[in-house]
Amino acid sequence: MTYDIEVRDRLEVDAKEIIARYPRRRSALLPLLHLMQSEEGYVSPNGIELAAELLDITTAEVAAVATFYTMYKRRPNGEYSVGVCTNTLCAVMGGDQIFSTLKEHLGIGHDETTDDGRVTLEHLECNAACDYAPVMMVNWEFFDNQTPESAVGLVDDLRAGREVRPTRGAGLCSFKQVSRVLAGFHDGRADEGPAAGPATLAGLEIHREQSSAGRRRRTTEDSSDTDRAAAPSDGPDPRQGQSAHDAPAQTAESDPANTAAPTGDEDGTA
Amino acid sequence: MTATLTPVLSRTWGEDRSWTREVYERFDGYQGLRAALAKAPDEVTQIVKNSELRGRGGAGFPTGNKWGFIPQGGDKPVYLVVNADESEPGTCKDIPLMMASPHELVEGAIIASYAIRATHAFIYVRGEVVHVLRRVQAAVQEAYDAGYAGTDILGSGYDLEIIVHAGAGAYICGEETALLDSLEGRRGQPRLRPPFPAIAGLYASPTVINNVESIASVPSILRHGAKWFTDQGTDNDDPRKRSKGMTLYSLSGHVMRPGQYEGPMGLTLRELLDLSGGVREGHELKFWTPGGSSTPILTDEHLDVPLSYEGIAAAGSMLGTKALQVFDETTCVVRAVLRWTEFYAHESCGKCTPCREGTFWLVQILRRLELGDGTDEDLEKLLDISDNILGRAFCALGDGATSPITSSLQYFRDEYVAHFEHGGCPFDPARATLFATSQGARGR
Repeated sequence: MTYDIEVRDRLEVDAKEIIARYPRRRSALLPLLHLMQSEEGYVSPNGIELAAELLDITTAEVAAVATFYTMYKRRPNGEYSVGVCTNTLCAVMGGDQIFSTLKEHLGIGHDETTDDGRVTLEHLECNAACDYAPVMMVNWEFFDNQTPESAVGLVDDLRAGREVRPTRGAGLCSFKQVSRVLAGFHDGRADEGPAAGPATLAGLEIHREQSSAGRRRRTTEDSSDTDRAAAPSDGPDPRQGQSAHDAPAQTAESDPANTAAPTGDEDGTA
Repeated sequence: MTATLTPVLSRTWGEDRSWTREVYERFDGYQGLRAALAKAPDEVTQIVKNSELRGRGGAGFPTGNKWGFIPQGGDKPVYLVVNADESEPGTCKDIPLMMASPHELVEGAIIASYAIRATHAFIYVRGEVVHVLRRVQAAVQEAYDAGYAGTDILGSGYDLEIIVHAGAGAYICGEETALLDSLEGRRGQPRLRPPFPAIAGLYASPTVINNVESIASVPSILRHGAKWFTDQGTDNDDPRKRSKGMTLYSLSGHVMRPGQYEGPMGLTLRELLDLSGGVREGHELKFWTPGGSSTPILTDEHLDVPLSYEGIAAAGSMLGTKALQVFDETTCVVRAVLRWTEFYAHESCGKCTPCREGTFWLVQILRRLELGDGTDEDLEKLLDISDNILGRAFCALGDGATSPITSSLQYFRDEYVAHFEHGGCPFDPARATLFATSQGARGR
């Protein structure tokens, strides 16, 4: 079995573009395997053969690489990869319950796909979003702070074809489309979704409260001290912070996460 | 006195469309690059040396010194590789940084490349975060469009190509030499050192590999100068025993307000908990990691230890990535350690025997212990195997795998014993979850 000539031609055009990015051809192997996965939803024997041919290495060398990395699938993947982080922190925070609930609900186990071909379930290792635990990923987009109930709702929506949006990320693409982005082809969706979620902004928000408390205290000291009691007695010295340049005052408008500015906060009312 | 947060890397994150060049430039973006290009490359390296910036990926090696090791004037090209393969359990700083402010990284990468006279900069982003990859790809494209990358950057005569490369799911690729093999299109397995990457790195050429946060710290150092940076952080007469600058602390787990907190090096967990509302309501701290699962766990005895390279080392652990995973009294330490150990066994690349075989057997014993079928001899066996991995494995993955085991046995041996004395785990995992109670004030 080999690819149809038309498919092969198309993949070759893309492959040449990938290879041209690197000083040495073989560096293109990982993105090439993502490209092959974008065609068939897994790294098939056809894909291994074509990658080997394009890089002038053996199929054994390609297969050795393809089987080393967990993102390369050896069987056709469902349209949506649904991953549940079950590394320690997420597991403790509820990832274990989420994963077992989904296994039962979908009737499948790790790295298995529902009969309708919509969902492949996986347990994941840490995906660098621990401040949003427990975390799930759908086609490598973040679904933060999940519960067993929200997870069931999520997979039901995916299977029913209802629109689903990640907490932080772009509108969901298919597994094959995402594989193409991983191969290094822009899909023009970088501007979708927020800059950050609330946990990402937690420190910034507290810093803003610190700064405005400091300013308020200074103002009070400058004029009268009738409001002194309202200012935190252990407020920080704003001079210890960065220059105004490095630490711009945040506003509620520019920071959608800031829904809880203290009453009367000069910044929070903007 | 409450500790003060100092957002520098995170200063733009709350802005609308903070990931764009337009917004980044409103916050002095690419001013560091302009400052760098006005100086000779070696001068830039010297400024970074003077800043005493140390690697934020875990090892804490002085960044400027790393740059200084690159032999100059040879016939081989020089490369910069940014390690954006963040996957140490608990570590979650680089991913949000690249999502919200990818230009901070791109600018830093261009400055670093200029300093070491690199022809190519590679940003190796882990594959499992597609939207982060999009943002980095877009930022690099914007940098090219603005003349910050490509040929004759801002009329300086300096040329640089930047390549964004997606990984494919392998924790080991965070190890710098395994990352290089992966970038060369091979299985990600660590290399024997020496030669070090500075001499024979990518394609056997001189290569600097730096963590995302290290590189992203560079533009601010160029904007404000080395002294501005050394004015922040811990003090000691011996420069090797102090930690300078600001950094991202990542708070997660059983806390009221998990998230990213940027402040000077050397804050304590107590200060960070005071700022952020503390451990979740009605519960108390049991154990925590200072910098991901590979750093020995600490307890409430260590709340006032400064989170600096030297401070945490003195407490018997490592600063690592400042990934502060906080666990309260509802968490079973045996379960936690088993899960981490399963992770290391899964991610062991298989190259060296102590790690490949050792992690496998550690998992078998820990599973038995968690089920209540363990014995006192099992605890000794855990320590014996750990002793045979630590220092004998090919890379730090094996060493890291022993950290949770030896440190948990140091502080919580009774809890291991309780498992086999009671014939099972005495904890109810439901109590530890985010959705266990509504009084946790979480989910905001």
